[in-house]
Amino acid sequence: MRLTLRIWRQHGPNEPGAMTAYEVDGISPEMSFLEMLDTLNEELILRGEEPVAFDHDCREGICGACGMVINGQAHGPERTTTCQLHMRHFSDGDTIDVEPWRAAAFPVVKDLVVDRSAFDRIIGSGGYISAPTGSAPDAHATPVPKPVADTAFEHAECIGCGACVAACPNGSAMLFTSAKVVHLNVLPQGQPERESRVLDMVGAMDEEGFGGCTNTGECAVACPKGIPLQSISMMNREFLRASMKGGRS
Amino acid sequence: MALATRTDPERAAQKGPRQRPEPPRKPARSPSLIGSVWRSTVGKKAVMAVTGLIMLAYLAVHMLGNLKIFFGPGDFNGYAHWLRTLGEPALHYEWFLWLVRVALVASVVLHAVAAYQLSRRDLAARPQKYARRRQKSSYATRTMRWGGVILGLFIVWHILDLTTLTVNEHAEPGHPYQNVVATFSTWYGNTIYIVAMLALGLHIRHGLWSAAQTLGTGRPHRDRALKIVSTAVAAVLAGGFIAVPIGVMTGVVS
Repeated sequence: MRLTLRIWRQHGPNEPGAMTAYEVDGISPEMSFLEMLDTLNEELILRGEEPVAFDHDCREGICGACGMVINGQAHGPERTTTCQLHMRHFSDGDTIDVEPWRAAAFPVVKDLVVDRSAFDRIIGSGGYISAPTGSAPDAHATPVPKPVADTAFEHAECIGCGACVAACPNGSAMLFTSAKVVHLNVLPQGQPERESRVLDMVGAMDEEGFGGCTNTGECAVACPKGIPLQSISMMNREFLRASMKGGRS
Repeated sequence: MALATRTDPERAAQKGPRQRPEPPRKPARSPSLIGSVWRSTVGKKAVMAVTGLIMLAYLAVHMLGNLKIFFGPGDFNGYAHWLRTLGEPALHYEWFLWLVRVALVASVVLHAVAAYQLSRRDLAARPQKYARRRQKSSYATRTMRWGGVILGLFIVWHILDLTTLTVNEHAEPGHPYQNVVATFSTWYGNTIYIVAMLALGLHIRHGLWSAAQTLGTGRPHRDRALKIVSTAVAAVLAGGFIAVPIGVMTGVVS
């Protein structure tokens, strides 16, 4: 396959950037999107040019490190992470636009790499439990009903890639924050911090400069892990409940 | 030297440069419910949801009242007069109407201020636009902001037209039936009204479902039902309001 890539190039955080066109040839349909970028980077290095910087780690779709907006869609046309997107979903001769996540709370570090430490600070504000859970056999000491376990697991699937923020027209982190809040708030082990968790995490989210939710639903469409849109509604309920209770548990 | 990488607080205090003491935290003020809700994006959205539902409830009653126009001037004008005497003798003449008006103005103002503040924040959260963007949200969702502005302007015209009668050329105070017919006998009256009611339908279609999400009632298994209810309420309300100008235009009401 022969492709034209238009990639956002930006040398540093406060430097101007621009979409730059590159041609790549010899791309096989079995390659992942990141392998295609590797191919481009090898050529760039041989030509003595600066390779395109992008985040990646496991390349198995489970770590959440990679992520870029491909043709206007977070993680591209398939519902998966960029590393698990394969070139068979593109055609020979295509022009592909590649941009970093765009959000005030996710400043560009270089090219396609953005600083997602805002997510870490949201987690730090309440995405934990204080109850000792012991080792594997002890975990069974606290019975968890199956529907609750299913809900918790569904939300625990969030890998924090940031596609929800990238896809949201408001650059909102509601889907990410709600996945974390719901995951822990439904479990018995999460009850001691049930109220403070949701209030603190929503507070931290607002402080980072993410936009608000307008229920456009674009986040849930982009999410590679299928976190449901109603996760946000469940967090809203937790937030209003905690506010009514006067805040602290 | 693996141990050297341990961040033991005592060792760090002895060896490392003295860490600056943390600035004293502000004394924990007991957070007021209204203040903390209004400051948060989630809380402000809840204010929009509640005020939106108040306005929606009013619109449902208003639309049903409007349909009395199909029973003739006696029924319609009598209903308008009854609204002013509602609650008597406990309430004075028109007091009930003024109570409703105060609640509605408060709802409109809170709804609009919250929408403005949240929109400012939302736009600031994406300073750099995408070079290429594929929108997946519905038309009703994308038109919430400008649709809301259109509805706000419509309310101003609507009050000047049929409440204060300022811009209604052939209006007579105390004859609401005749005034409605006068408004919908003009091309601009029909156009403004029908466009605004279509905007209202779109606004409610997303707004009612969105309010359910914001107030925490959205669940995957009832999403379809919530969407159907929102679309049905939007269609019935818009249709009920538009029936009046259609009735005047077709001569059913004259």
